[in-house]
Amino acid sequence: MTDPFLQAHNVSHNYPRPNRVTPALAEVSFSLQEHEFVCVVGNSGSGKSTLLRILGGLLTPTAGEVQFRGVPVRAPQPQIGFVFQNTNLMPWRTALENVLLPLELHKPLDKDDRERACAALALMGLEAFADAYPSQLSGGMAQRVTLTRALLQSPALLLLDEPFGALDALTRERLNQELLRLCRDRKQTALMITHSIQEAVFLADRVLVLSGQPGSLQGAFSVDLPRPRTLEMLTWPQAGALISGIRACLATGAHEPLPQ
Amino acid sequence: MKDSSILFPGAPADDGTDQGTPPAFEQSAPQHRRKTGRVGDWVARHPALAAFPFVLGGALLLWEALVRWQEYPVFILPRPGHVLQKTLAMAADGSLLRHTRATATEIGAGLLIGLTLAFILGYWLGRSRTLDRILSPYLVASQTIPVVAIAPLLVIWFGSGLLSKVLVTTIMVFFPTLVSTVVGIRNVDADLRELMRSLRASRRQLFLKLELPAALPVIFGGLKLSVILAVVGAVVGEFVGADVGLGFLINLGRGVLDTPMIFVAVLMIVLLAQSMYWTVTLLESYLLRWKQLGLTDGD
Repeated sequence: MTDPFLQAHNVSHNYPRPNRVTPALAEVSFSLQEHEFVCVVGNSGSGKSTLLRILGGLLTPTAGEVQFRGVPVRAPQPQIGFVFQNTNLMPWRTALENVLLPLELHKPLDKDDRERACAALALMGLEAFADAYPSQLSGGMAQRVTLTRALLQSPALLLLDEPFGALDALTRERLNQELLRLCRDRKQTALMITHSIQEAVFLADRVLVLSGQPGSLQGAFSVDLPRPRTLEMLTWPQAGALISGIRACLATGAHEPLPQ
Repeated sequence: MKDSSILFPGAPADDGTDQGTPPAFEQSAPQHRRKTGRVGDWVARHPALAAFPFVLGGALLLWEALVRWQEYPVFILPRPGHVLQKTLAMAADGSLLRHTRATATEIGAGLLIGLTLAFILGYWLGRSRTLDRILSPYLVASQTIPVVAIAPLLVIWFGSGLLSKVLVTTIMVFFPTLVSTVVGIRNVDADLRELMRSLRASRRQLFLKLELPAALPVIFGGLKLSVILAVVGAVVGEFVGADVGLGFLINLGRGVLDTPMIFVAVLMIVLLAQSMYWTVTLLESYLLRWKQLGLTDGD
């Protein structure tokens, strides 16, 4: 009865193309404990997003298997929430209606749901924007709405695909801090894809390095910085050593292939 | 007269000078501004509505002046007064209502059938590239045949009653809505599709909560075209063979040289088309009110 929370077992994936296949992931195995925050760092093209989609059941791997609480993942799970890089809000729904979408797909909404959603938006500093449409929100606000939407379903596992990648550096830092606070308060298990080593070290308990083409795991690093984290910790010597270590590890498998 | 910014909502607001405005308008505009601020505000917000009485008045004056100057006989060009008289006479004997109602029925039934078929087939074609590849050549070919050429056949096959007119109208309205539905469904954001999949949305929920609202802005473009073509379809059908309807009135008027009656029929056709176009436009601005919001700076 010691099944890991989430386990990837020899996961490989190939994308079919006319006349050939493009391998994206090769033999990726790792596991994730409950209440753990893991970041996967990789260059573009290393199959990060492919891995995330496979973990969440959006994509069936060519080979290998993913188990969530001991059960194979073959389709999207109610217990797994996503935040994608693109702020995928429906432009015809207000912030509040967007946040409520996952709930209303599976049961009739009641007053309690609305209150919970309003409270969740307020927690993200968006109480004044509950009735705003996505076109009226800034990029950072919109991404906060998608985060609220994912968290309101109380997912056991949160999968984040470069959630703040499209935002400016300052907004990104602030949202990372908010994400950290939320995950700590909720003991949220999360796996986040990023290409920023600093971001990974700042957020994660453990950093996995995905590199090469097809992408494979090059190493795993435990981040032994105390919590709650502060941005200042990134200037500590052990953080600096960790960042250099991860960078070196990334470089080992990161030969950009020549165009075929 | 139509305000160009209604057809093309993205176009810059016009200043009312490009509508062939009669001199009357330019003299009267300052008068409006001198009145209370509320009237001025209303004019600024609805320039087309504010200009309309002047445009109409100017056009009628020009028309009247032209007839008086050239001394045209009534059967060549009746005066506005003659047309008004004829309208009142036809309204009084009930024929105006009867013919308008006949045409409106054909339009309504044609729209109902044509739009339903266009939505269903458009949705299928939008969802399936294969089906689209198979059917598109035939659909495009069918559109190259002028409706005027098909209408006589339909009258031969289905008689000169209601049915043949409804079919002509159906054919007219079908294509624009079909094309816009296909494009609308096909352009549904792939990220939103993936979101719906990750949320385990059912087929029905995918349609109602994503595909339909996402495709609606494009569909409305085709719909506006379709409602106007519906009027053309019904009238063309009536030209070919009918004993009632506004198209029939025009034919009849030509035969007996009752030109004022032709004017009355044309007037009613324009009114029908306008009212349907505006109904769709109002519906659009209500359903797509989320599109009309300006961007604000947050964060």
